[in-house]
Amino acid sequence: MSILLVVADVLDGELRPVNAQVFTVAARMGRTLGRPVAALMVGAPGLEAHAEAPGAYGVPRTLLIEDAKLAKYSPDVHAAAVAEAVRRVDAGVVLMAATLNGKDVMARAAEMLDAGLAQDCLRFRTEGDALVFTRPLFAGKILADVRVTAPPVMATIRPRAYTPEEAPVAVTVERLSVALPEPKVVVEELRQNASARLDVTEADIVVSGGRGMQGPENWHLLEALAEALGEGTALGCSRPVSDDGWRSHEEHVGQTGKTVSPDLYVAVGISGAIQHVAGIGASKCIVAVNKDPDAPIFTVADYGIVGDLFEVVPALTEAIKKVKASV
Amino acid sequence: MNIAVCLKQTPDTETRVQIAGDGVSVLEDDVQWIINPYDEAAVEAALRLTEAHGGEVTVFSLGPPRVEKALREALAMGAHRAVRLHADAVPADPRVTARALTAALRDGGFDLILAGQQAVDDDQAQTPQRIAQALDFACVTNVEELTVEGGRGAARRVLEGVQEVSSFPLPAVLGVNLRLNEPRYPSFKGIMQAKRKPIDVIEAELAEPKLVVERLAYPPEKAAGRVFEGVEAVPEVVRLLHEEAKVI
Ligand SMILES: Cc1cc2nc3c(=O)[nH]c(=O)nc-3n(C[C@H](O)[C@H](O)[C@H](O)COP(=O)(O)OP(=O)(O)OC[C@H]3O[C@@H](n4cnc5c(N)ncnc54)[C@H](O)[C@@H]3O)c2cc1C
Ligand SMILES: Nc1ncnc2c1ncn2[C@@H]1O[C@H](COP(=O)(O)O)[C@@H](O)[C@H]1O
Repeated sequence: MSILLVVADVLDGELRPVNAQVFTVAARMGRTLGRPVAALMVGAPGLEAHAEAPGAYGVPRTLLIEDAKLAKYSPDVHAAAVAEAVRRVDAGVVLMAATLNGKDVMARAAEMLDAGLAQDCLRFRTEGDALVFTRPLFAGKILADVRVTAPPVMATIRPRAYTPEEAPVAVTVERLSVALPEPKVVVEELRQNASARLDVTEADIVVSGGRGMQGPENWHLLEALAEALGEGTALGCSRPVSDDGWRSHEEHVGQTGKTVSPDLYVAVGISGAIQHVAGIGASKCIVAVNKDPDAPIFTVADYGIVGDLFEVVPALTEAIKKVKASV
Repeated sequence: MNIAVCLKQTPDTETRVQIAGDGVSVLEDDVQWIINPYDEAAVEAALRLTEAHGGEVTVFSLGPPRVEKALREALAMGAHRAVRLHADAVPADPRVTARALTAALRDGGFDLILAGQQAVDDDQAQTPQRIAQALDFACVTNVEELTVEGGRGAARRVLEGVQEVSSFPLPAVLGVNLRLNEPRYPSFKGIMQAKRKPIDVIEAELAEPKLVVERLAYPPEKAAGRVFEGVEAVPEVVRLLHEEAKVI
């Protein structure tokens, strides 16, 4: 029975937190299909230190490709490593997180393997032996059920679509030695983004500001709200806010920015244009603060407050602090 | 420097897309068509590079005759040549699209092939990588800053929480983000000239798809939310967030 391979997303020698979700999906899919599951880790020597991490989520085997050529992200070399591993173990299903690098490496590996690839999947189900993935089109305005018709079936899984489930098992680690090409793309510099906060795609809670904030000098209000909401909170913004340089582009949420799926999305001074709303549709709960009762954001909000954000946001921050203090 | 731009015609992002009767495609009748916004940035980048270094920009689009409007818009922006790869419908499998584009691009002698980071309709983000692989070119995606000098390029790409600056040899395929530039509006002269420029039409070589759409559906309707008036409502909303929604 061909195996299900889950490729870890490694950046600069570290496993990204999103891997826990994808290991969980892989373990679950393996049970559903009755197939053995293995994780694949590719990176520079030293990666072995992380080789047992998939075991926490029920993945009992890790294939490890360590090579100095994999220290920095070169899509051609990383994809070659993935494709070679898929061939060696004859993997029938290949999964990875739908991060920017995850989507990039899987696309190139899919072409090397002449395989079909479904990007950014929200869920899977089985129909007999076949896997059916649900993925968003038009930034979530439509959902498509898609199937890859021949093995290997390749798919990337949207961050936060699944919650990690701990299911500890022992892990056997196997090294694969693979001859890799010289990298074409060379990373000259890797820098952390300005904000020390979580990325909007990874956060449990996102507090987003729009043009109604009137200027970057007022963002301390949202910082304070985010602070009150706790550690897993990231700041987001609408596109004009990042276009005008009030906030960095990494915070831009929407159809042409980042698609987020937090438990709580707080939209402050955001009108709710269709391109913005397209990026937040998967949020569990949406709160909107806007002074215009007819703002379209209220049609998607679970809880709306019509009022001046300069009054409402500080009051929210205080009320949340109180609730947090009482639990 | 000769540059190819792969350009997809997509519905305007304002469009409320409707699922067609077949259940696997969307209605095209009332759609306002545009150049995929990411690809518009790719056209702009190509024009700026050829303005600085000389050379020509050729735009390629795979699809039915309707996509010629998008090609015409790129010509009006200043692209030199346009090619439509004819297919009765735009393939749903990016592998098929990439194959057909690759066949048309292979012997073009292009130094750079620019594409969008993703198409705003299918959001696949895989066509440029597949073209690069098939041509054995370097590929950098999510490009937000680009310089090309003496046979090499450098790109800044923004990932989750980090940014990379990469360098790469030409020829290369790039997938560009909107942040790369502000696309120009076509001038009146450009529009007039574009009307006279021919669009080459060649038959696309379409492989059998390996990714198929079984069904399209609208996301489940959310129950209507509750809207409260004024700052006085804040304690009640916070109580609901805590006790009802259980998100704080
Ligand atoms: C191709 C394309 C792609 C796009 N992609 C995106 C995208 O990815 N993400 C995105 O966000 N946008 C995107 N847009 C832009 C989008 O169409 C809107 O222009 C944008 O979302 C509006 O941003 P905003 O809500 O911050 O500003 P506005 O529409 O100006 O809204 C400001 C809101 O603040 C409220 N307000 C003002 N003062 C106060 C106050 N004191 N208290 C409370 N409320 C107040 C106002 O009532 C108003 O509703 C895209 C557009 C196009 C054409
Ligand atoms: N039918 C097409 N014709 C020309 N270019 C395309 C087509 N489909 C996709 N592309 C290119 O590939 C990019 C990524 O598309 P996708 O992989 O579908 O998200 C687009 O931004 C275009 O540059």
